[in-house]
Amino acid sequence: MASTRPSQLFRNKTAKIAAIPMIVTALFVFVGGTVWTVVYSFTKSGLLPRLKWVGLDQYERLWATRKWLIAIENLAIYGICMLVLVFVIGFILAALIDQKIRFENTIRTIILYPFALSFVITGLVWQWMLNPEFGVQNIVREWGWESFTFNPLYNADIAIYGVLIAGLWQASGLVMVLMLAGLRGIDQDVWKAARVDGIPTWKTYIRIVIPMMRPVFITALVIVVTGIVKIYDLIVAQTGGGPGISTEVPAKYVYDMMFKASNLGQGFAASTMMLLTVLLVVIPWAILEFGDSKKHG
Amino acid sequence: MVEASATALDGPQGPKPRKVFSRRNIFLYGTLFVIAIYYALPLYVMIVTSLKGMPEIRLGNIFAPPVEVTFEPWVKAWSQACTGLTCNGLSTGFWNSVQITIPSVILSIIIASVNGYALANWKFKGSDVFFTILIFGAFIPYQVMLYPIVILLREIGLYGSLSGLVLVHTIFGMPILTLLFRNYFTSLPEELFKAARVDGAKFWGIYFRIMVPMSLPIFTVAVILQVTGIWNDFLFGVVYSGPESYPMTVSLNNIVNSSQGVKEYNVNMAATILTGLVPLTIYFVSGRMFVRGIAAGAVKG
Amino acid sequence: MNLTSKLLAATALVAASSTSATELEVMHWWTSGGEAAAVGELANAFDATGNTWVDAAIAGGDAARPVMISRLTGGDPMGAFQFNHGRQAEELIEAGLLRDITDIAEAEGWKDIVNPLSLLDSCTVDGRIYCAPVNIHSWQWLWLSHKAYKDAGVDVPTNWDEFVAAAPKLTESGILPMAAGQEGWQQGGLFNVLMASLVPNEVFLSVYGDKDTDVAAGPEIARVFKAAADARSMSSNSTVQAWNDATNLVITGKAGGQIMGDWAQGEFAIAEQVAGEDYSCLPGLGVTELLSTGGDAFYFPVLKDEAQIAAQGELAALMLKPATQVAFNLKKGSLPVRGDIDLSTANDCMQKGLALLEKGALLPDFNQLVTPDTKDQIDTLFVEFFADSSMAVDAAQAEFVKIISAAE
Repeated sequence: MASTRPSQLFRNKTAKIAAIPMIVTALFVFVGGTVWTVVYSFTKSGLLPRLKWVGLDQYERLWATRKWLIAIENLAIYGICMLVLVFVIGFILAALIDQKIRFENTIRTIILYPFALSFVITGLVWQWMLNPEFGVQNIVREWGWESFTFNPLYNADIAIYGVLIAGLWQASGLVMVLMLAGLRGIDQDVWKAARVDGIPTWKTYIRIVIPMMRPVFITALVIVVTGIVKIYDLIVAQTGGGPGISTEVPAKYVYDMMFKASNLGQGFAASTMMLLTVLLVVIPWAILEFGDSKKHG
Repeated sequence: MVEASATALDGPQGPKPRKVFSRRNIFLYGTLFVIAIYYALPLYVMIVTSLKGMPEIRLGNIFAPPVEVTFEPWVKAWSQACTGLTCNGLSTGFWNSVQITIPSVILSIIIASVNGYALANWKFKGSDVFFTILIFGAFIPYQVMLYPIVILLREIGLYGSLSGLVLVHTIFGMPILTLLFRNYFTSLPEELFKAARVDGAKFWGIYFRIMVPMSLPIFTVAVILQVTGIWNDFLFGVVYSGPESYPMTVSLNNIVNSSQGVKEYNVNMAATILTGLVPLTIYFVSGRMFVRGIAAGAVKG
Repeated sequence: MNLTSKLLAATALVAASSTSATELEVMHWWTSGGEAAAVGELANAFDATGNTWVDAAIAGGDAARPVMISRLTGGDPMGAFQFNHGRQAEELIEAGLLRDITDIAEAEGWKDIVNPLSLLDSCTVDGRIYCAPVNIHSWQWLWLSHKAYKDAGVDVPTNWDEFVAAAPKLTESGILPMAAGQEGWQQGGLFNVLMASLVPNEVFLSVYGDKDTDVAAGPEIARVFKAAADARSMSSNSTVQAWNDATNLVITGKAGGQIMGDWAQGEFAIAEQVAGEDYSCLPGLGVTELLSTGGDAFYFPVLKDEAQIAAQGELAALMLKPATQVAFNLKKGSLPVRGDIDLSTANDCMQKGLALLEKGALLPDFNQLVTPDTKDQIDTLFVEFFADSSMAVDAAQAEFVKIISAAE
């Protein structure tokens, strides 16, 4: 990136001093905490962390546990659907709102307010909305469509999509706002030039506008993906992992193992698998992002 | 459609007089109306339920407006609901949450904005590595870090204190905020930075005189993110602070999760809305600022 | 870490625990109606001694437990806390985080008054006592709504088989035959009640005590699983989550019955229902009348402040005093830990429990026999089993055998 150039010219001590909080956090908390977690995943820690080595036992058990496998599958389903839908919805909403509409403030507010609510609240209210006895299903039936069935939370096969509805409701507003910020940041000349060249609007969006919004996309991507990986509160509030264990997710497995089962070792093993997966995504990204800039610099 | 939307984006000079009921408008506003209902319905249900008495709730229609409006659930949720032996509702937790949120938001934003600034304009050897670690940190589920942080706080003598909790919020807010600020500062015109350098401005000079004044929108986004995140936090608040400084969400958890015989849905909903009120207000106020900031042309093309 | 930070931590610790001489923070997860009323009795009694009970309640054991552990390991301990005694606390004791209260136990003569003595054994590690048991809770109860059976036109069942047989009649009348909360601990607990009640004691002990996989795979456990399948179909329309919401269905006559521990009693009491008139209770499901002797206990972290240490001692002693025991247990619906007190004011159900206690028809508590880890695995199995009516009985049993074979 262009802005890296000055750093080559002006090396500055102040910058390093100013970055000390970041360096300390990165090293002591994130690296330190991760190493600590990995180390203890090879132990038989119960209620308290203890260095009683058991080798790979915790990992063997982890991969033989159905609850964990279901949790991973759910995370994959939820994650992929969420990622695709939240960006599609967020971008379309932003594009619609960017049409110089009236009541923009009102509509933007309505779409973004769910983000201000905690997952606990989101889970609770959507548990209601999707409750067959007094939620959406009941209303439609009262309207006269007697056979209407919509109770995702009570059907183990599709319960995770019931969670997805709530997750999308909560997160799409933020993506919309970020996209809107990105769109508004695009110079009007770009649109003028595209129109002069006779490029259709949708093509302008895809070919020109979206590539220009790369930083916004990255920010939104990180926020959304971290939300997906960490999903826990929403599940606990909305389904408690049920029906059965059909909406279990990895972060909940970790929590259950650590604090319900008093089996820290197993919880740490599951955490390590999660952290490892994240590393597999973050490192290539970093190489792509920074490996590049060095060459140019 | 294509043509129409293209004209709509034609420069900032207000809308031209146009037929109100064009096909485009019907489609556009129709879509937005349906979307608005999907987003607004849960809030409507929460408000309506919180204004009903329990007998009415048992009738089972969560969408029906209240026949008899009662504010009792609100009063109960705010000042009377019991958890264990204390029956103060959410009121005490509210002030604790304020005391936790304000310093945490300020500190985390200061640190993250400086981080982002250093990463965008004053790269040093290894800065990319630290940034990558931070991004990695953004993905770590909080539960995993619970015990390491307990040990860390114990070692620096901050466990169980308000400053300890503020520190934890600063740490876990850092990755996303730093990313936000870094991306934003990177997108500012480089010429500004260069010109200031030529004028002899140093690290802090440029930060305070050029970067901060130009960054209203991103500071607003950061405030929204942090207020929402910290105000809604339950886990850190309950683990790293004592009962005298438990945040509002702890009271909320206690009200919602301990039913006294019958689940009082109206009180739960009132408590829920009351807890969400602060981030909602912040959003309503700053949301406008956010867009205005962007409209002021702070983002480069 | 270095010396200064250790010193800092130490001073912080002292500062934190010396805020007020006789204020003692007590942490627990008793927040339902009956539970809170019972805690109130303990607090009142403690306040009457001139100390102050600082109540720190966090709803839900799963939320409260990490807080307790963090407070202990973080060096900012509370004055006392409720914890499941049994194998969970062992590690905290080994780590030296809990106070040895043997001196108080001896001064108060707990060895002579606690009945059954196994309660005190659960508090004992290497001959030293670390907790104050406050009550006996037993799981093996079937609660029945008289209204529900009257509405359905059937007699109130007197045992499990009649309960199962009456189910179709109740369903016809639009009444739920059996209420059950959809949470792991309730569903796993239900299975253990069936196991304790429907087959001989030895089976329970050899499966959970000796971890005998042959017995676990045997025909008797198969019978228990069949009964669990009955329970599953009877409760298939029960959508509530929390145990007390399920109890409320029984109280209001919307459900015929519920298998739940004696703490359900507290909810009936709050609803002003009379045992024997509005509801019945069948210990051991009316089949094998016996009780398991689990219960709640309070632990006392190691503190530095002298005044607080003294207050801890007073609280511990107070918890087993006759007056406190009566007041607390009447509200909680549990049985007192000492056999020498007059509980003539107790209702029909509690009297049944007391009689069994006297007879010694007792079973060790499940939590004493297995680790929380094993318990969690069993709970998870039954969460699956009860949610999925297509899960076959023998498949579930095979899974169960696997868990027992890995248990310690």
